[in-house]
Amino acid sequence: MSINLTLLIVMGVLYACGIYLVLERSLTRVLLGLMLLANATNILILSTGGYAGVAPFFTKETSPEAYSDPLPQALILTSIVISFAVTAFMLGMIYRTWVLARQDEIQDDLEDRRVAETPSFDAEDDAIVPLETSEFAVTTTGPTDQERAEATETPGSLPKKEGGST
Amino acid sequence: MITVLAITFVAATVAPFIFSKLGRNAFYALAAVPASAFVWLLFQYSPVYSDGGIEEVIPWIPSLKLELAFRMDPLAWVMSLLILGVGSLVLVYCARYFKNKDAGLGGFGAQLLAFAGAMFGLVTSDDLLMLFIFWELTTILSYLLIGYARTRLAARRSALQALMVTTAGGLAMLVGLIIMGQAAGTYRISVILDQAGTLMTGPMQGAVTAAVVLILAGAVTKSALVPFHFWLPGAMAAPTPVSAYLHAAAMVKAGIYIVARLAPGFAESEFWLPVVLGLGLATMLVGGYRALRQTDIKLILAYGTVSQLGFLTMVVGLGTPEAALAGLGLLLAHGLFKAALFLVVGIIDHQSGTRDLRKLSGVFRSSRALGVVAAIAAASMAGIPPLAGYVAKESVFEAFVHYGIGDDAPAWGVWLLVGLLIGSILTFAYSARFMWGAFAIKPGVETTPFKPIKPAFLAAPAILSLLTVAYGVWPAPVDTWVQPYAALFAENPDAVDAGHLALWHGFTPALAMTAITFVAGALMFYGRNVVSRLQSLVPDWVDGDRAYQNTIGALDDIAVWVTGRTQRGSLYFYLAVILTVAFVVPMTALITANKPLPDGMYFIDPNSPLQIVAGLGIVVGALAAVRANKRFLAVLMVSVTGYGIALMFALQGAPDLALTQMLVETIVLVAFVLAMRSLPAELRDRTGGRLRVIRVIIGAAFGVTMIFVAIYAMGARVATPVSLEFPRLAYEGGGGLNVVNVTLVDIRAWDTFGEISVLAVAATGVASLIFVRSRGDRIKTSSAVPEGSVGRSTGVDRGSRDGATLAVARKFTDVTRDAWLVAGRTLAPERRSIIFEVVTRLIFHSMIIFSIYLLLAGHNLPGGGFAGGLTAGLALTIRYLAGGRFELSEAATISAGTLLGTGLATAAASGFVPLFLGGQVFQSAIIEFWLPVFGDVKFVTSTIFDIGVYIVVVGLALDVLRSLGAEIDEHFEGKGVPIAEEDAADAADSAASAASGRGTA
Repeated sequence: MSINLTLLIVMGVLYACGIYLVLERSLTRVLLGLMLLANATNILILSTGGYAGVAPFFTKETSPEAYSDPLPQALILTSIVISFAVTAFMLGMIYRTWVLARQDEIQDDLEDRRVAETPSFDAEDDAIVPLETSEFAVTTTGPTDQERAEATETPGSLPKKEGGST
Repeated sequence: MITVLAITFVAATVAPFIFSKLGRNAFYALAAVPASAFVWLLFQYSPVYSDGGIEEVIPWIPSLKLELAFRMDPLAWVMSLLILGVGSLVLVYCARYFKNKDAGLGGFGAQLLAFAGAMFGLVTSDDLLMLFIFWELTTILSYLLIGYARTRLAARRSALQALMVTTAGGLAMLVGLIIMGQAAGTYRISVILDQAGTLMTGPMQGAVTAAVVLILAGAVTKSALVPFHFWLPGAMAAPTPVSAYLHAAAMVKAGIYIVARLAPGFAESEFWLPVVLGLGLATMLVGGYRALRQTDIKLILAYGTVSQLGFLTMVVGLGTPEAALAGLGLLLAHGLFKAALFLVVGIIDHQSGTRDLRKLSGVFRSSRALGVVAAIAAASMAGIPPLAGYVAKESVFEAFVHYGIGDDAPAWGVWLLVGLLIGSILTFAYSARFMWGAFAIKPGVETTPFKPIKPAFLAAPAILSLLTVAYGVWPAPVDTWVQPYAALFAENPDAVDAGHLALWHGFTPALAMTAITFVAGALMFYGRNVVSRLQSLVPDWVDGDRAYQNTIGALDDIAVWVTGRTQRGSLYFYLAVILTVAFVVPMTALITANKPLPDGMYFIDPNSPLQIVAGLGIVVGALAAVRANKRFLAVLMVSVTGYGIALMFALQGAPDLALTQMLVETIVLVAFVLAMRSLPAELRDRTGGRLRVIRVIIGAAFGVTMIFVAIYAMGARVATPVSLEFPRLAYEGGGGLNVVNVTLVDIRAWDTFGEISVLAVAATGVASLIFVRSRGDRIKTSSAVPEGSVGRSTGVDRGSRDGATLAVARKFTDVTRDAWLVAGRTLAPERRSIIFEVVTRLIFHSMIIFSIYLLLAGHNLPGGGFAGGLTAGLALTIRYLAGGRFELSEAATISAGTLLGTGLATAAASGFVPLFLGGQVFQSAIIEFWLPVFGDVKFVTSTIFDIGVYIVVVGLALDVLRSLGAEIDEHFEGKGVPIAEEDAADAADSAASAASGRGTA
């Protein structure tokens, strides 16, 4: 096995800095943090290739072990270009946030805060409904609304004034 | 059977169309469906009873052991009689109950008919999973039917409550059914029942016992037994025909059916009798007790139904031949009288507008026919001879007397009898109360206005009451139908002694019990005022409904609490939690595993000692980026790490990576500057203090964790890397020397194809974020723009130094010389740099040629589609920076969207074309030919894929330049500051027209 500590320590520092920036409120810093994280990850992948070697251009004389490992390189190449695309996208977002709100900061979601303060009472579930003793009360000579409101024992609702048991 | 089911469901599907044609009379058409099924059922009598049942099996999903297995045996046949018979009567009744103008009638009719089909499927299915499907189907349809009055809160809420309670039980049942099916190795109910004896004593004993209890849980909720009985009275918010069908005759019987179905096999199971008898008796007493307290006559019936369901569960579940006989007898009798009573209540409500017994008075006088029909049904419920209820109840008493008082009777057998007796007395009392409440003339209450009843309306309950009488007077047919089922319980099938359903059994203890019931029940009715006073003295006991409300309320509270604690709306909080978990868990695992560090660690790579230096540069850059408080300084520092990493790649032996990284870093730097020019230069850090310490800790811990994870992960490698094969594969299979490039375009082409798709999506995302309204693929040519109009400075004081500079620069506007750049003239003179324009003119074409070289040579030398595309992108960047946005349009006359699409299409074509040539997706071929000048050329088809990659990358770069560059320029010019993009297009047009007026001046 070959484990290049130099690469790993560089990777560790990049991760640490990246995370520190990502935990920031400023969107620009978050983006910079993401770029550092991408770089750190590229180094991590690179380090899996082991010792530095000959650039991977095939010649018949070279033994396979002598090349620098091509597989991590292919992965990193993909990663670099995707990071570019993601960075561009984030830049678009930052610009747009600035245009719309003059903000370069990640705002707390007020809607979420509101949810936390919402009481669990819900009219559909918890409101008290009067007993209905007819399906036809509205159109025929049934009890008036007031009379219906007086009737208290209602299956499926609370509370019960008179003696409901079990 | 499958045909009957299919016809029913198809009829239900087309029902709404019938309703739109016929109005409420469509119910008659619908009723014909179960009615004809009922006739069909009668013709099945001899196959079912003499040939051992009908069976129909169609395989459905064999891997799940799921099949459409149906079986009609005596139990199913008796149940079907009730379901189809009552079903068609209820539909007939509906035709006069509803009005033509009632909303949603078509859907209602369809649901009611589908419900009949689902119930029929439930009782005939011979597969546990099919049974469950029909079971849940009835639950859902019942939800829809209860909630028919969508505008009434009570209806919606009751519907939901019924749904919640019955599905909760249904889920428990599903678990039970699956355990049962797995334990038995088959889901065929008939087979499982045959093996029941061996299953309950075999190795799976525990599982089978658990399965039985879980299935009973489903039955308990569905049949509204204590403690889940509360949903049934709640469900009375449904239209009365629905109550009559679902909550008296059919759906609630599903639980009874399950008990009856399993009883022949599993009545001996450990918890069976306690559950069935305990809950059954409790339900019977609670229901009867509460029925006496109701003032709504429909609720009297509802609680009466609860009570009777408990009663039925006890009888059907007892597991003796006599009880089985009596149980099915009672089930039929109950279906007849309870459906009739509900329909009567519906008529009273319909004609008088109330169901409140305190307001009803003198109804009997208004409609004697209705009174007689109701009286027969109520008498049957009370168990008065010679009616069905009496015959059935007599047999029940008989069965329990034999069970409870005998030589081998359990000690609590007597108490069971006492309980039954009390329950029957209560039943008698509330039956009397119902009749009194609905029909009697009450002193002090004025006579209820009552419209005359049309015969068609009364037909359904009248038929049911007639049947009640017929059954009571001549119980022999029912006895014959039920005997085969009772025989299943006999230990010796040849000598069954289940007794018979009959009017007269002689002077037996059962007769004595009936006599006591009548006397005590009558006394309770006459002393009803005393009884009700006593009842109101009893304090509220635990209320099932309230318990349900509290449970739901508590769940709501917990949900709000958890949401409030976890979903705080702070991205920082979420990330901190996630990242903390991300380092705590692996670190804990590493520490507890306590493994020594692997061998082979080194600081200095003997092949590449300079890495230390590059690493140092990267580290410094990263730390500086963290500390930087100026926006562009921070960006630059991140770029330093990027360039450092490019160096690191080079030192590691990865020239392709180094090249690509350099190009990307450069373009990103430009993009950053373009996008951020409108943002303030200061980069303020507002998260300070304690939070900053936490961030440092999380960051450092995460970095350290990653180092150790990487060390151990790499130390754990045991296999030879697959990539050792890559060089050979690349040369022999891919026909290229550059192993990395061949990997991208050939060996891992799928991967790359996915990646360029991401690029296209991201590019489109950038364009959409900036252009907002469209992709902005409209190309504007420089010829339409007046000279020197782009980026003109405005509002500069003529007398100032800046004003003087401006004046000098503007003199050059008139110079008529060949432009270095096509659109150079469009730029305002003060923004032009002649040197930059000249240099651009010199190097642009070379760069494009070089990018194409990189693309084509990439197969064998450093380069490839990515590097080539990025180089071309850089060339465009230079054109844009030197000549402004119209120069960019002139340089790239194809829109970015077209480029992205073409690139993707090219790459995709290189993937699927080989398929037509008999190869595989993304298979490459090597073509060698001779060309003048070039000589022998070796062309590998995977290069076409690389060309696709090239085009996509150019498209991406162009999109970035157009959006972050050109479009933002336009925003600036539009209002001096970035404007809202919604106005961008209009503003651009008006700006252009205004400029054309000014430019010539």
